[in-house]
Amino acid sequence: MDTVTRRRFLELSGVMSTGAFAAACSSSHGHPVGAPTLTPSGPQTSGAQLGAAAQHAPLAAGQGVLVLVTLYGGNDGLNTVIPYADPAYAGSRPDLAYSASQVLDLGQGLGFNPAMTGLHQMWQRKLCAVVRGVGYPQPNHSHFVSMDIWQTATPGEPTGSGWLGRWLDAQPDDQIRALKAVSVGGTLPPVLGGTKTAGSSLPIGQFRLPKPGPLDTGFTGLGQPSSQDSPTAAYAARDVADLITVAKTFTPALASAQSAAGAKGAKGDKATKAAGNPAKAAKSSALAQQLDIVAECINASVPTRVYSVSLGGFDTHSAEKGTQSTLWGEVDKAVTDFQNAIAAGPHGKNVVTVLYTEFGRRVHANANQGTDHGTAGPVLVLGEPVNGGFYGEQPSLTDLDDGDLKFSTDFRSVYATLLDKVLGADPAQILGQDQPRIAFL
Amino acid sequence: MSIDQNRSAVAHLLRRAGFGASGAEIDAAVKAGYEATVSALVAPAGADPGAAATPPPDFPAVKAPKKGDAQADYQMVEWWLGRMASVTQPLVEKRTFFFHGHFATSIQKVKSPGFMVQQNQTMRTLGGGDFGALAHAMVRDPAMMLWLDSAGNTLKAPNENLARELMELFTLGVGNYSEDDVRAGARALTGWRLDPDGKATLVPKLHDDTPKTILGRTANFDDTSFVDWILQQPASPKFVTARFWARFGMPGPIPPDVSGRLLAAYGPNRDITALLRALFLDPVFRGPQARYALVKQPTEYVVGVLRALKIKVSANGDSKDDEALRAALTGLGQMPFYPPNVGGWPEGTAWLTTAAAQTRFGFAEWAVSKGDLSQVENSSPSQRIDAVAHLLGVDAFSDRSASALNEVVANPQQLVTLALLAPEYLVN
Repeated sequence: MDTVTRRRFLELSGVMSTGAFAAACSSSHGHPVGAPTLTPSGPQTSGAQLGAAAQHAPLAAGQGVLVLVTLYGGNDGLNTVIPYADPAYAGSRPDLAYSASQVLDLGQGLGFNPAMTGLHQMWQRKLCAVVRGVGYPQPNHSHFVSMDIWQTATPGEPTGSGWLGRWLDAQPDDQIRALKAVSVGGTLPPVLGGTKTAGSSLPIGQFRLPKPGPLDTGFTGLGQPSSQDSPTAAYAARDVADLITVAKTFTPALASAQSAAGAKGAKGDKATKAAGNPAKAAKSSALAQQLDIVAECINASVPTRVYSVSLGGFDTHSAEKGTQSTLWGEVDKAVTDFQNAIAAGPHGKNVVTVLYTEFGRRVHANANQGTDHGTAGPVLVLGEPVNGGFYGEQPSLTDLDDGDLKFSTDFRSVYATLLDKVLGADPAQILGQDQPRIAFL
Repeated sequence: MSIDQNRSAVAHLLRRAGFGASGAEIDAAVKAGYEATVSALVAPAGADPGAAATPPPDFPAVKAPKKGDAQADYQMVEWWLGRMASVTQPLVEKRTFFFHGHFATSIQKVKSPGFMVQQNQTMRTLGGGDFGALAHAMVRDPAMMLWLDSAGNTLKAPNENLARELMELFTLGVGNYSEDDVRAGARALTGWRLDPDGKATLVPKLHDDTPKTILGRTANFDDTSFVDWILQQPASPKFVTARFWARFGMPGPIPPDVSGRLLAAYGPNRDITALLRALFLDPVFRGPQARYALVKQPTEYVVGVLRALKIKVSANGDSKDDEALRAALTGLGQMPFYPPNVGGWPEGTAWLTTAAAQTRFGFAEWAVSKGDLSQVENSSPSQRIDAVAHLLGVDAFSDRSASALNEVVANPQQLVTLALLAPEYLVN
């Protein structure tokens, strides 16, 4: 890949300021997933062709890896980290509230949602930090604006670049830069779009590209830049070139993830079936599929430092209790399985997983046994390097801002801590100004 | 490569107002003239045999059991793909697809394919008329009522979901209303129940009939007067016309002169057909800036390929080919009837990811194995690159792509596969 051309193109086309990536924010909710299994007999890059980048610049021992889990829709923080001991909690939402005997106790009058059993075990092992009351000033109640604020880390004026995209911009402009930040699924979340470059995306399933021959030569040729291209066509050409680079690097890890999934399912080709079944693909195992791939990539020492995965469906305006606990059951299992999968690998001690959403929800329930859009909520930070426990103040349920919680911890402090302690980057450079660190790392 | 600009403009029109066209169809439209082609697109004469041949599935418009019926959901997707691939008056479907993304509603929560098809038909029937009539219809549409929880919204604890998205995403845009307007709007929408057979009824004792202040006016708003009042805001026509420009015109803020012309056409009657006519006739739309400025949405791309290669879509939803089509759309990130959320789908380069490029490769190979390549096969190798450009309606391949295609010119299947993946074919 000609990174110079790629970079110049991105600058020239102003791709990050067109709003395309901002719009992609919405797309990642209920992340589309699908296996490119249309040509089951098609040629595959052999597993023996270990990716050049992974071979020549593998993830070094001790290098931190950040796994960002975006929960789209606005997860109800008060039914995630539950203030069961506060009478105002059950009083505000009698039909939605969990009782003291139902929650998984965390101490200080707080408990996890009953579905979060695996996370509760991590909490007990001091590997799970709960940062309470995370938000930003003048909260916005639009899914799309608030998620944009979280992904770009700019509460004031909107900006066209994601905070991890700007981290990517600051990486050395070498062959493997595009591989350093990766999302799993069809579209790229705005968080990985920088001003000069953007992360790559991996399919659920294997890469299948032509074997050496005229078709392969021709396909590679389509990835060359052309002065006759419109900016969008130039971007499409770059995409072909990136596909070839990324496929070479990640093919071994993806092959391993797929065989692991097959072994687990033991019912034939699970990924193939899910691909033709949108309801299933978008629902049941979406996050687990993504995290399986991430675990394989980390264990294969590919040089990626940042992974982005997501799950949608948290917009619980009605019948919240069942929906949210199903979703958290899914998150809990996917994240716990992920931790187990990397624990035995070479980098398990250096991986930090973060779970966040665009906003919490209103303290009071609505007429449909649901909750409307709110403000601050908890951020969960997990992994071997994490200092488990509570951070930040729990927001009051009675001292409200027009029915909404007041935030106590600025979300940029969470980001600054991650940039500094996991990625070894200067937060001021990426966030515009430095922010106080939080002791979870 | 030398390009006939007049022909290129007509090809651009046929891509934007439809799903692309073959070289022969472009030539015919050039002969008819640009303006006449616009008229034929926005006000087609006579019945559409392609639409008649693809009647909507006859699902009962009733609330579905919690579990849903996957087979019916697939049938619904295949039906619409088949419809889009068959019609001779493509703007109707293109416009319906626009509204499907604008009032984005997903079967995943609605569950009932009958309600989804009914909503789709409402968008098709009303989509060429008064935008206000469509907006009113959507507020009482059973699928929308389930999707945004207005069914069951009561005065005791109003649900804000529909009131917020109605203003933010459907009619006004962010920044043109306040949080207080959302809360008051939610009160105006209280009291609605949805019967199992899809009949919406107002239960007076659950409706808040006290005065509410919305966007500076205090009145006893109900759903109808609330929607009417929003549509009267100066922000509304600006928002609606800009959404059309973003999807049919080009990315970025709408140029002020274009905005003025589109607003004049849309007018007090909120005439969508007049708006689309003005958009397609606009000098900026016809000019060089808008040419290839959009990235084909996955559905546009897939339907364009089905049309170009004359691939028939079965309406059963259960064949291997149906599965392949759904896998392609899922991998590319855009399954009709499954928008990711109420904001609809992204646009632009968000579609051009490495994962999507892989899916496209597999889809192109599938399409070539199913499609009619005779035009290319019957040409001599030296003529085949021109033949495939003609087949797909590409103005001309760049030197880069022509040289890449030249590698496989001896093999028509591989040639068409690569042509479907050429950067020039991925943009609109």
